[in-house]
Amino acid sequence: MSIFLNENSKVIVQGMTGSEGMKHTQRMLASGTAIVGGVNPRKAGTSVDFDGTSVPVFGGVAEAMKETGADVSVIFVPPPFAKAAVIEAVDAQIGLAVVITEGIPVHDSTFFWAHAQGGATRIIGPNCPGLISPGRSNAGIIPANITKQGKIGLVSKSGTLTYQMMYELRDIGFSTAIGIGGDPVIGTTHIDALQAFQDDPETEAIVMIGEIGGDAEERAADFVKANVTKPVVGYVAGFTAPEGKTMGHAGAIVSGSAGTAQAKKEALEAAGVRVGKTPSETAQLMREIVGS
Amino acid sequence: MDLFEYQARDLLASHGVPVLPGGVAETPEQAEAIAREIGQTVVVKAQVKTGGRGKAGGVKLADNAEDAKARAQDILGLDIKGHITHRVMVAQASDIAEEYYFSYLLDRSNRTFLAMASVEGGVEIEQLAVERPEALARIPIDASKGVDTAKAAEIVDAAGFAAEVRDQVIAIAVQLWDVFSKEDATLVEVNPLAKAPDGTVLALDAKVTLDENAGFRHAEHAALEDAAAADPLEAAAKEKDLNYVKLEGEVGIIGNGAGLVMSTLDVVAYAGEDFGGVKPANFLDIGGGASAEVMANGLGIILSDPAVKSVFVNVFGGITACDAVANGIVAALQQLGDQATKPLVVRLDGNNVEEGRRILADANHPLVSLEDTMDGAARRAAELAAA
Repeated sequence: MSIFLNENSKVIVQGMTGSEGMKHTQRMLASGTAIVGGVNPRKAGTSVDFDGTSVPVFGGVAEAMKETGADVSVIFVPPPFAKAAVIEAVDAQIGLAVVITEGIPVHDSTFFWAHAQGGATRIIGPNCPGLISPGRSNAGIIPANITKQGKIGLVSKSGTLTYQMMYELRDIGFSTAIGIGGDPVIGTTHIDALQAFQDDPETEAIVMIGEIGGDAEERAADFVKANVTKPVVGYVAGFTAPEGKTMGHAGAIVSGSAGTAQAKKEALEAAGVRVGKTPSETAQLMREIVGS
Repeated sequence: MDLFEYQARDLLASHGVPVLPGGVAETPEQAEAIAREIGQTVVVKAQVKTGGRGKAGGVKLADNAEDAKARAQDILGLDIKGHITHRVMVAQASDIAEEYYFSYLLDRSNRTFLAMASVEGGVEIEQLAVERPEALARIPIDASKGVDTAKAAEIVDAAGFAAEVRDQVIAIAVQLWDVFSKEDATLVEVNPLAKAPDGTVLALDAKVTLDENAGFRHAEHAALEDAAAADPLEAAAKEKDLNYVKLEGEVGIIGNGAGLVMSTLDVVAYAGEDFGGVKPANFLDIGGGASAEVMANGLGIILSDPAVKSVFVNVFGGITACDAVANGIVAALQQLGDQATKPLVVRLDGNNVEEGRRILADANHPLVSLEDTMDGAARRAAELAAA
């Protein structure tokens, strides 16, 4: 098993015909993902050839779903048009919308999050690398060749720290690795992923990676204490970040005394999560748990 | 982006929120001219992006234009909690009968917007929230619906505004929502919202934070940036589209991906504890591409920081490949020539790592050393910075 994404997932790409969309559709296909279509109203009815694989372009998400049975959309649409793209995916009731786009105004993401409440769509991101269930499917931009299928579940705010941790533990492998994104407002949270990993029989242990800003890690710590029986190790980035400065990710900012790495680490440790000082120390803690 | 009070006031006024007449001055003479125009008692306020201006002597009343000039003279140049005062706002002074509080903000935890309002304004709102939480109404706002008159009335009534000001405050609440939503703000805070003796309700001081991600639909927001206050290295980096934050330390940092770079800073600071407490000198995320040009620009900025004693290049080749990064480093060092004088510790992992390491080994640049792990490289860079 894996979470949110598996070998039966049928994936469409909104923004497939743009340069990022083309590049990453190619990579997703190469890693074995079932890409069943692209969406671009101006190129509807055409198809795009990726090394001999022809992918049809549809005018809209609903049409693409009807024609292909797609249940996942990966969204590369640029910031000015991303809100409309996510709303379209939600209104078409697709099961999973993975929003890769960085730089979406927070009024837009807060709007599409509110719009999706009570609907059928799980949103991952925005400003995220997506998710991979190694050996099964890859929805987003996470490199597929870092590691293999295995028993660790990973949830992280950061893309490159996701890759780093997958690399550190590449010999053990992952059920699913999810980058939930570094924006102040995101769809799927640490808690959602922790719950899914807890319920997934293939996942034996969980790594959660957080960073400064907001209180998602503190809330996740409370959740782990109350609901997660599988071992969890953690890592938090940003101990040296100064107050009031945005560190790359729009959401990575310490405001006054709120959102510090120290507070997050303490909350996680109080919940029984072992927290590494560096990514490699965190990987070592995981090795002690899964025993290799 | 946090705005100065005068910028916030202008933004509020442009959406119809009632404010007092006034203007901003960079010299005592300009302050005098504004005060003369207003023609009655004015308040001269330091324009700094920090609280506690009053206590620091940054807010003064002036009876006439000459007095306003003298007060501006006192306040301009004042250091308020490390913020030097370059401008003062000169505004008509108002007698205040009552002070209220009103704000809209992004509520990250609940992924929505929040209105906060109180009839006990003029105080530190964080303090009020702790000491008398019942005096602060907190009303969530559905981001897909916003604030209309009915929603505004709900907020105003929850805060317990008196009947005599209720309609005015409802109208202002709708106007403030206009500011918040149409300007893509993440904070609009009016404190105090004041009732003058004649019963008129006005915004006397405001804080506004704008979402920089929304810059593409607000070209006019670029002019609100305080270019003078930016660190010169940060300004130079911004010009080259680099995501750079200056810190107080000795180890220059270049990496790819915000999370990995934040982590790199921490690992360097941690390693630095063993080397006399050396620290990271900056945050610099060169993103996925890591082309020679981006690498050269990044190295150029970092090497022009006189505090930097060593540089740590930490790249995980995920989307980008390590051989491209290695070629970027070699080309960047060639471009920089004699400008490159500090030792570089490079750690590469991920895609095509062997090829990347081979390229750097073949180039055999005297300043470059390769390390296999992030922790080992951090240690080496800290050691070099302390030497």
